[in-house]
This record gives sequence, structure tokens and C-alpha cells, in this order.
Amino acid sequence: MLKTILIGLKDLRVIFRDRAALVFMLLAPFLLTVGMGFVTGRFSGSSNSGLADIPVIIVNLDNAELGNALVDVFNSEDLAELVAPAETSNPEAARRLIDENKAAAAVIIPEGFTRSVIPAEGTMTDPNFAEADPVLIEVYVNPAMPTSAGVIKAIVDEFVSRIDEGRVSGMTAIFQMLITGVITPQQAETEGRALFKNMDEDQPAAITLKTDDEGAQAAEFDVLAYMAPAMALMFLMYTVSYGGRSILAERAQGTLPRLLVSPTSPAQILGGKVFGIYLTGVAQVGILILASAVFFRVKWGDPLGIAALTLAAVFGATGWGLIVTALARTPAQVANVGSAIMLIFGILGGSFLDLGMMPPAIQLVSKITPNAWALDGFVTLALGGGLAQLARPITALLVMGAVLFAVSVALFGKKNLAQK
Amino acid sequence: MPPILEVKDLHKNYGDFAAVKGVTFDIQEGEIFSLLGPNGAGKTTTISMLSTLYAPTAGDAVIAGHSVTRDPMAVRNAIGVVPQDIALYEDLTAHENLVFWGQMYGLGGKTLRARVDEVLEQIGLADKAKNRVKTYSGGMKRRVNIGVGLLHKPRLLFMDEPTVGIDPQSRRAILDTVKDLNQKGMTVLYTTHYMEEAQELSDRVGIIDHGELIALGTQKELTRQVGETETLILHLGENDDPEALVKSLEGVKEIIKAQSTDHEVSVIAREAEEALAPVVAKANERGVKIHSIDIREPNLEAVFLHLTGRALRD
Repeated sequence: MLKTILIGLKDLRVIFRDRAALVFMLLAPFLLTVGMGFVTGRFSGSSNSGLADIPVIIVNLDNAELGNALVDVFNSEDLAELVAPAETSNPEAARRLIDENKAAAAVIIPEGFTRSVIPAEGTMTDPNFAEADPVLIEVYVNPAMPTSAGVIKAIVDEFVSRIDEGRVSGMTAIFQMLITGVITPQQAETEGRALFKNMDEDQPAAITLKTDDEGAQAAEFDVLAYMAPAMALMFLMYTVSYGGRSILAERAQGTLPRLLVSPTSPAQILGGKVFGIYLTGVAQVGILILASAVFFRVKWGDPLGIAALTLAAVFGATGWGLIVTALARTPAQVANVGSAIMLIFGILGGSFLDLGMMPPAIQLVSKITPNAWALDGFVTLALGGGLAQLARPITALLVMGAVLFAVSVALFGKKNLAQK
Repeated sequence: MPPILEVKDLHKNYGDFAAVKGVTFDIQEGEIFSLLGPNGAGKTTTISMLSTLYAPTAGDAVIAGHSVTRDPMAVRNAIGVVPQDIALYEDLTAHENLVFWGQMYGLGGKTLRARVDEVLEQIGLADKAKNRVKTYSGGMKRRVNIGVGLLHKPRLLFMDEPTVGIDPQSRRAILDTVKDLNQKGMTVLYTTHYMEEAQELSDRVGIIDHGELIALGTQKELTRQVGETETLILHLGENDDPEALVKSLEGVKEIIKAQSTDHEVSVIAREAEEALAPVVAKANERGVKIHSIDIREPNLEAVFLHLTGRALRD
């Protein structure tokens, strides 16, 4: 185990002394992120998310104050470029449209939603008044458009949390006024209704895109929170193929045969090489996350989620690096195939274009790339999600890495590592 | 005392090609044993099997009581290997390389630090230890390459052509290092295609050609095989035909054997002076112009020539 770690640390040291590798691992993704930031206007204050006209189906069965308010949110000026809402009154039809991949999500506001939050006039003073059971808004998401669906979900989550916030603070204030005798029970209901009404009028948009002058508190989606992980993930594929290449390079330069005649087992050596690739990938993504957070104030989201997702993403990518190495005969072959995979996975994985805007077949193929899963996770985190929402991408990445690793080990077993 | 290395009928085949064909020899503790042979003779393949890098197709070898086929890990602990090519991490310093390789041999802590310092002194690179290996000359890299093999004080050191492609000064330093290590008790298996190195270093020599060990013994024992002879090396002109001269020398009683190589003819005779006159006469008869003549005492080159009909460098 110790030798495995020592080999991994040696590889980390070697790669961080290779200037050409550093340019590809760190400088290139960093500069591309900056470039994308300029292109999208992130640095000029006119940022947009890079996502546009996300198709969303709204089913408003509530037809009362809060249900209507949510519909207004989706139709607001602020979200005009981001979402393209369509309304229907049939929840089943809405769900079917999602299943048919016609939209990113369906937002179904059930009947009685408003009443479950604001009781009907006169009911609060009724001695038999009982608080209604909570009625939940349903967001039916399209798994093939994870990023876009994530945005819709974030809009609804933010709306609901604002209502909840307002209800709790309002009720507390009214209850205090009531027990101190400032208002009568009859006045309490009137005050309560007014409070809900004001809340609604003061903040017509529960979600706004971040702009420097507004400083909105609502769910923010920074373009760099998409581009930074997209570029980091694309160049992560370079790093893992470079690391894989080092196995064959060591064979060619004689250090691998030399290791094989030392009292170190082949399993320790291969494990060390894999650990080195993994360590390098984690260091690369970690540095890029830190750099973008420090220099561009990118809000990556829940640190625990970021850490878990990074570890899983690098694991999945390392699997690809290994399989390319196991199938190649020379370091040059790994380099060539690795570069091609970096670009193909970058495109397929959504590093340049949101997957939701791609044809369904491409979206399906994208599932073989660690980029797509990891980017989905990073967007979820940037939109305010936490570790709990990452179960799907993390599981997919771990399974991907484990399968590729197992196949690679089998292929390496047939390969003569000693033969130059 | 049992030999530290016992090689028994070792074979290595690559498909239909037999790289090593039944090599058998042993090495006593404290010896310098050279495997002498031209390029492609099977020296490196033999060392690769003995160092457990390749599994033999047949046969076995026992090193310090451990079989290379059944207990390779114990063998690896007992041996040090200096490969023919530089096998170092060029982006690391000499110090970092030695530390890493020491760790791979199970060294750590104070022992590792002390051994690294000792080895750096031994190879004469203590003052340049913090420089990256890629900034070193070929000779300096060779020295670090040797240093790695010495870190864990192996009982038996394999050195596979350690002087290939380096300047005479570095070569001299390496040969002196080998002698010094041997004086301190280290057993060395040294492969080379330079007859002079084998002659200078070895207690015993094994001559290998086409995967077979064709002669084995001390230098005296080997030179005795060609008898009390001397060798005349005739350097001919570019347009002269050495083969024709060799044919014309057949049947000359003062000559034991004549061989041609490129623009040279090697003539083995009991007395070089006696053979000189008929050789020159035959050359004149044939119109062959002799540029110069060297007379050599019996040596390993002559043994190889005697056994194979070819020069070592062929």
C-alpha cells in the first residue's frame, strides 16, 4: 500500500514539473473559461446562463393568488430569455410531453395550493378552523435534459421557499401582535391577508438572473458556474490520458521494467500508476475550482457536494484514461486517442453546448462520458442543490469508473508490461 | 560454500526464435563474472531472466538460495540491477530519484537518507544531487543509474553493458567503481561486448554467442583453448579482397587459421614472426596491399574468433 502511494506521489511530482502538461491541465481550461466568460458577457455585467428558451409546461390547477403568481414568474420579463413556458390544463398531457422529450420539465400547481397556504376569508376566525394539509407543487423533470430541468426546479424551489419564508415570518409577527393585544382576532386575519398580498406584490419575480446592479437574492445561475466545470472536465480527460500514457512511457524509458525487478509487485506498480493519475486529476480539478472561485467569484455550491462530485468525476475519467492506455501499444497512440476523446467527450458532454439543446440520440450517447454526468452534478450544485441531489451522477460516475477499471486490469493482464 | 548464483539450463524462446539456448553457469560469492558476447548474443535476455523480469521458457536459476521462477520476490531483494539503458525519472533530481528507488527497495527514514548520501558520494555527484537528471551529461546519468542499483546493498549486482555510449573518462570511472564495489565484497555479473572490459574486470568469463554459452572459465583457461598462439591483424586497402588473401593462406604451415573481417584479415599463428614472411609474400603474389600489421598476444578476442570464426564486434 505504501509503495502504491509513493508511486502515485512520484507521478504527481513528475507531472507538475512538466510545463507542457501544466499548460494543458491548468492554463488552457482556465483561459478558455475566461474566454467563454467574455463571449457570454459575464465580465461585462450582461451575463446570461448560456441556457436559453428552456421549454417548460405549466399546469395551473390552483387558479388562485399563489398559483397565478408562479405562472407570472415564468412569464416575467426577467425570465423571458431563459424559459419558454407553455400552459395546459391537463397534467397527464403535460407529463406525456416530458416523456416525449418535448420540454425540460412540467410544473403542475395542484388545486388548493393557495388555500393550503392562505386560508379562505373568514375561516381563520372560525372556532372550528383547522390548518389545511399542505398541497405540493409537482415538478416533473426530463432526465434527458438535466441541466435545463435543474434550472426549472430551482425556480420553483426558490418560489416555494419564499412563500414559506413569508408565511412563517408573517404568522409569527401576527401571533405576537395578537397575544400582546395590539390587534384583535378579526384584525389578525385582515393583517395576515395584507401581508401575503404585499409579499406577492413586492417581489413579483421569485427568480432573477444575477446582475451586478440588482444583486438579487434569488436563485442565481452564473455562466461561469457552467463553463468552469465544463472546461475543467474536458481537460480532465487530457490529464487522465496523459497519466495513462505515462504507463507506456515508463515502459519505453525503462523505469517500468526497473520497477518490476525491484521487490514491488505488479499490482502495487499498476495501483500506484492509477493512484497517480487519480491524484493528478483531483489536483487539477481542485486547482481550477479554487482559481475560478478566487479570481472570478464563481459560486460552485455546497463544498461537500463539490468534493464528492470531484472525486467521483475523476474516478470515472480515470477509468477512461486506463482503458485507452490498455488498448494502445505506444505512448503516441495514447496521446492521439486521448486528445480525440478529450474533444469528443467535451462536445458530447456539454462542455460547449447545453445537452438539452442537442438531439435525443446525442443526449443518450452523452451518458457514456464522465463529462455529462459530472457537469449535470456541478450545475445542480451551482443552482443550490446539495449532496443529496447528486446520488444519480455520483453513482453513474463510480459505476463507470469501476467497470472501465476492471476491463483495463483484465487487458493489462494480457499485456507484457516488461517488454519495451 | 554454495554459489550465490546457479544457472541451470536456462532457455528463452520468442515464438520460434530461441534467444537463449540452455545456458548453465554459476557465480561464487565475491566474484566478478563477465558475460562476453556481441550484440544480440543473448546477454540482456539472460540478465532479464535472472533478474525476474522475464520468465524463462525452461530451466531455472537460484540466487542466494531462491529460485527465480518460484520465489521471484526473494530474488529481487537479494539483487541489484543496473540496466543497459538509463532508467531514471529525468524530471526528478538525482537525490529524488535515489530516494524514490530506495523506497521501492523498502528503505526508509534514517537508513534511506544515509544510504542516499553514501551512494551520492560513491558516484561522485553529491554536489549536483539537487539538479534534475535531465540536465546531466550521459556519463553522469550512467553514474546515477548505477547508484540506484547499489542503494539497498545487494548481495549480487547485475550490470548490463553499463559503459555503452559514454566518454572514455566516464567509462574509466565506472570500471573503477565496479572494481571498488567488488573489493568491498559485492558479487558482480557484468555483461559487455568489449573484450578489454571483460579482461580488466573479470575473475571468470562466459562467452555467449547466438544464445549459447560457448566458453566458460578464467581468462587463462579460455586463452589456453586457442593454444599458445599469437594473432596478426592485417589492415588492407579498400579495394583489396580479404577473402582472396585468406584462401591463398590456406596450407601455409606456419599459419593455424586465417579469417577475414571487412578490410582486415586475422591470422592465428604459433609464432607471429615466423608467419609474417609467408603472409606478406602471399599478399604480394595476390597484389593485395597491406597498410599495416598488428601483432596481438592471445586474448578473449582471439578466443571468440577461434570459437566462432567472427570478431566480437561483428
